[in-house]
Amino acid sequence: MTTHAATDREPAVFEIAHEADLIRVRKVLRAEAQTAGLNLVDATKLITAGSELARNILNYATGGRGRVSVERVHQQGRQGVRATFADGGPGIDDIEAALADGFSSSGSMGLGLPGSRRLVDDMTLTSAPGSGTTVVIVKWQR
Amino acid sequence: MTDDVVPVMKIGDTLLVALQGDLDDTTVIQIEEQLTREIAHTSATGMLIDVSRLSVVDSFIARVLARIVAMVRLLGAQAAVVGIQPAVAITLVELGVPMGHLDTALNAEQGLALLRRLRHDDAGADRP
Repeated sequence: MTTHAATDREPAVFEIAHEADLIRVRKVLRAEAQTAGLNLVDATKLITAGSELARNILNYATGGRGRVSVERVHQQGRQGVRATFADGGPGIDDIEAALADGFSSSGSMGLGLPGSRRLVDDMTLTSAPGSGTTVVIVKWQR
Repeated sequence: MTDDVVPVMKIGDTLLVALQGDLDDTTVIQIEEQLTREIAHTSATGMLIDVSRLSVVDSFIARVLARIVAMVRLLGAQAAVVGIQPAVAITLVELGVPMGHLDTALNAEQGLALLRRLRHDDAGADRP
């Protein structure tokens, strides 16, 4: 579904390295959600999922660094927002387990990935041990 | 106090705190520390945390809110979170943040009534 969606223009790309960048992620997602015509509930879900994923980068990626890109996408007359969260961290051994509720490698509640997945229409996770993690989320206009 | 990050109003023996804006994690932790101090240093027996102006509450903020309420209880007072936006409530439930044990109310007025009830229950439990 995500792979065939067309993009409108160049994505907004920025680094995640500090806590303040979480606020930037929320701001950019809020602006794109509004432009794409997402309703308030969907926009709130998208922003919250983005906040969780950006925090994952700060907490788990090597040096707490990563990169986020946000772009507007459209497919069959519907608009949506796609956000990509990439880091060069340790990667995830067992993706299935990481997406299961309650899984946590850090002693937190382990809500980040499974919870974020429930908040968006589509989420893909690509990772391998030692080669980082990329999470792509998409939320469509209803 | 110089390191206060959020204005706190005292109405009778209840503290009212309104959170707003886009909160970063450090600010959330500072708010937690400030509110715990305020309860300890005042004779307040209740605290209402108004989140009606928070458009996003992620799992971190939710967790700290739950912690604040738990700490206020440990200090012998009652606390409730009021004014959760409907979109935020829907999001928190889907995200899976456990908040069922939190005392919540629709707005500050109902929150005050809830605190009165909680205090009454507390007092009632002490009687034989």
